[in-house]
Amino acid sequence: VSRLHGRYHEMAPNVVPMDYTKDPDVKLPMQLIINMPELKENPFKERIVESFSEDGEGSLSFNDFVDMFSVLSEMAPRELKAIYAFKIYDFNTDNFICKSDLEKTLNKLTREELTAEEITLVCEKVIEEADMDGDGKLGFADFENMISKAPDFLSTFHIRI
Amino acid sequence: KDKEEDESKEEDSCSQENEASRRKNYQGKNSGGKTAGEDRSQQRGKKAPTKDQKESENKEKKVNKKGKEGESKQKTDRKNSTSTSSNSSDEESPSEEELAMLMEQVEQKKKLISTMRNKPWRMVKKLSVLREAQAFVEKFEGALGKGKGKKLYAYKMMMAKKWVKFKRDFDNFKTQCIPWEMKIKEVESHFGSSVASYFIFLRWMYGVNLVLFGLIFGLVIIPEVLMGMPYGSMPRKTVPRAEQATAMDFSVLWDFEGYIKYSALFYGYYNNQRTIGWLKYRLPMAYFMVGVSVFGYSLMVVIRSMARNANESTADGDDDNFIFSWKMFTSWDYLIGNPETADNKFASITTSFKESIVDEQESNKDENIHLRRFLRVLANVLIICCLCGSGYLIYFVVKRSQTFSKMQNVGWYERNEVEIVMSLLGMFCPPLFETIAALENYHPRIGLKWQLGRIFALFLGNLYTFLLALMDDVNEKLAEEDVVKNITHWTLLGHHNSSMGNGSTATPPPLDPADVPRGPCWETTVGIEFVRLTVSDILVTYITILVGDFIRACFVRFVNYCWCWDLEAGFPSYAEFDISGNVLGLVFNQGMIWMGSFYAPGLVGINVLRLLTSMYFQCWAVMSSNVPHERVFKASKSNNFYMGLLLLILFLSLLPVAYTIMSLPPSFDCGPFSGKKRMYEVIQETIELDFPLFVAKIFSYVANPGLIIPAILLMVLAIYYLNAVAEAYQRANAELKKKMQMQREEEKNKRNNKTSTNPMMQDLEDLFTPSTKNESQLKQAEDKRRDSPHGNSPVGTQGKAAALDSSPMPGGRGAAFTPPPRVLVTQPLTLGVRAPYPGQHRPRGHPLGPVPGRGRGQPRY
Repeated sequence: VSRLHGRYHEMAPNVVPMDYTKDPDVKLPMQLIINMPELKENPFKERIVESFSEDGEGSLSFNDFVDMFSVLSEMAPRELKAIYAFKIYDFNTDNFICKSDLEKTLNKLTREELTAEEITLVCEKVIEEADMDGDGKLGFADFENMISKAPDFLSTFHIRI
Repeated sequence: KDKEEDESKEEDSCSQENEASRRKNYQGKNSGGKTAGEDRSQQRGKKAPTKDQKESENKEKKVNKKGKEGESKQKTDRKNSTSTSSNSSDEESPSEEELAMLMEQVEQKKKLISTMRNKPWRMVKKLSVLREAQAFVEKFEGALGKGKGKKLYAYKMMMAKKWVKFKRDFDNFKTQCIPWEMKIKEVESHFGSSVASYFIFLRWMYGVNLVLFGLIFGLVIIPEVLMGMPYGSMPRKTVPRAEQATAMDFSVLWDFEGYIKYSALFYGYYNNQRTIGWLKYRLPMAYFMVGVSVFGYSLMVVIRSMARNANESTADGDDDNFIFSWKMFTSWDYLIGNPETADNKFASITTSFKESIVDEQESNKDENIHLRRFLRVLANVLIICCLCGSGYLIYFVVKRSQTFSKMQNVGWYERNEVEIVMSLLGMFCPPLFETIAALENYHPRIGLKWQLGRIFALFLGNLYTFLLALMDDVNEKLAEEDVVKNITHWTLLGHHNSSMGNGSTATPPPLDPADVPRGPCWETTVGIEFVRLTVSDILVTYITILVGDFIRACFVRFVNYCWCWDLEAGFPSYAEFDISGNVLGLVFNQGMIWMGSFYAPGLVGINVLRLLTSMYFQCWAVMSSNVPHERVFKASKSNNFYMGLLLLILFLSLLPVAYTIMSLPPSFDCGPFSGKKRMYEVIQETIELDFPLFVAKIFSYVANPGLIIPAILLMVLAIYYLNAVAEAYQRANAELKKKMQMQREEEKNKRNNKTSTNPMMQDLEDLFTPSTKNESQLKQAEDKRRDSPHGNSPVGTQGKAAALDSSPMPGGRGAAFTPPPRVLVTQPLTLGVRAPYPGQHRPRGHPLGPVPGRGRGQPRY
């Protein structure tokens, strides 16, 4: 943890205290965090930071920071990762991954190289494949059911720090 | 990987400790506890990098340290606030019921602690729940014993905790020793997880080789060097007079003749004395046993690794149902930290999506099946021709080298022809296979598998042809031996006679060892061949990397300025890291080591050095001259494939060694088995002479074919039975899956108000219209009960969904508290193990409803 604390500290040395025993209420804004080398190239970095931040705005306290990296580490259990992955891909935070969420995900993944037709096709296919309860969007149960069968979910949803 | 585990656990525990101490201070309890807690938390902050924790142990440790001193005041406060009934019952002798109830509560809290990690709560909530649970456990744990038993119980708990802590510290130390973690991480962030998997495999091989080397070195080489006869004292250990003039020449040494041939690196050096030194170390026996255990250990390690891989990849077969969903959610590799790689990844994701879309859109490809088949057959024929051709070439070359060795004045090329030819074949045939494979027009992943299979066949063919030619050589040598034996005999006799010719009765001066005529030591020759092969293989690999990657990169980078076309974009451009080729090379190298280590104990040491340097060299080469892959490569499933290859090679390399041990007579004047008729006789000898009589009798009974054949039959039957059981499980699995899917579709249809597409379900519905609801609920219940190995997916997820719905509300700590107990309760109910907990609200309003046979009576209050 002290290594994480070191990283956290070096992002904003004048704000983050070395001594955490007085329980300071320090939060780092999102901008600083998404510039970390581990997250810089990730197309979902804003979503990641938002879903771990307590106030939903994207500022992470040290607690949240540790939380984030512990979930993204290798040792986190699959269910926990699935829960957070669901949160990350749920752009409008309505606890469902609806079609617009899927479109946004796809655009981020392909950097908008696909045509609109292709995008709609893919999103429809995804909903068709994974939606089990037939409401036209992915609830958590659907998402988890689908992701639990994916062979490389654990190896890709992982950040080493 | 373990370091990662290390770190994340550290994060969890230390952050919790920090948090806890902070929380404590925040809650403004008395300052005494506060300062103590501060000190400890600071201390712990510094010690954090050296600690490794598992969740429950962490709690117990904290409970141990903190609970006693710093938190005592807090605890007393809490004690006062919690139920006084249990307190008073502590004072008096607690009644049976209350004790049991207490125990259950403690168990429940412990369970909560151990599953804390899986809960998706915010850190602060986790910490507060954790501390409460810990305090509770701490308070009542010691109190659970009775009277004197109480003390013993508390003592036992303390010992258990100390043991756990010790184990954890040891684990921590072990993970700190894992080498090259940072290097691999760097490679990973630049190239993705598949290239890094090669380096992880390399590291694993290095570990295995290191262990083997330790075994061989410690048990065979060291005793012989330290306690055996020194160099020059015996004929087998001395360079023959004829060769002594050239024995130190570099060219001779490079061929592993000269002094190296007569050193502990090779089989021929070892003495066949039964025991050596004052420890009475039985060297021949040790040599034999070490040779066998090398294979045994490797087998064990490979199979264990395969089993572990198989456990991790729990996907049952290629589930093609979710192609697009998986592409969308799991294609981005979060480990990528390099912009260039990221660009590549984006491009490859886009291409992959486009490909799948195209695949999806064209349903029927109108193509000529016959043409395709014809082309495929043609390609296979061509490749078989190539393979046979290469096999024959090797045989021819080995035969030629035998005639060369009899000639004088052999040039450098003739001496090394065999190795050169084999390496060249290994370099040029794979691309040839690839170009031929273009005829076949397979899906890339299938094409890759074919390619790997063919390269494998090529290398295997080469190796075995080489071995066959070697066997011819060996047989020749064996024939020669008889001749030499006679010569030696007569020479010695002649020497004695001549020295006694003066009539002296004194013992004749011993013949100088260098002058004794020597038999051709076929084992050493074999060992030398393997060592030379390995060395040349290493050299070729390194030179290939240097030229193929580095020089090429330099060329492309610098000559690009003055070249007609863009070298970087077109041919030749930068090289990609050839994962499969490199892994295969590694696997085959290991196969050669296994084959040769019995005859050349020093070979494993050479390999260890090779792997070590290879790691650094290849890491450097990859980072400096390779570019990330363009295509996505699925790393996960290939791991088991490579392990499977390794296993196959292990068996194939065991065969020649076993054959020679069993059926060829050892040379009469070199090696630890000289003088015996067969090598394995050393075991019989040891048993007869060293063990008491009855052991020999037992072994003679056990070795009786009449006993061994039934044992083999039994094992075959056991395999058959286990296979049948596994198949039955798989079938049951498939049926359950089908059922679940059918049910889901039914619900989907019902919700969309469509008529049921399944005629069977329709009939059922018509028959049982009023009780349809109960029917489906009952089915659900049954499915859930039988689904327990599948994890509590239907119920659990519903419970979790409920928890999720309410938990992401920040600050809704109180409200979020009730769902977790529900999750806990539903889990035990599905597993059918625990009675419902007293003192918990039993939210029975969940869909299990009228579960038959589940009623456990009213819980006790």
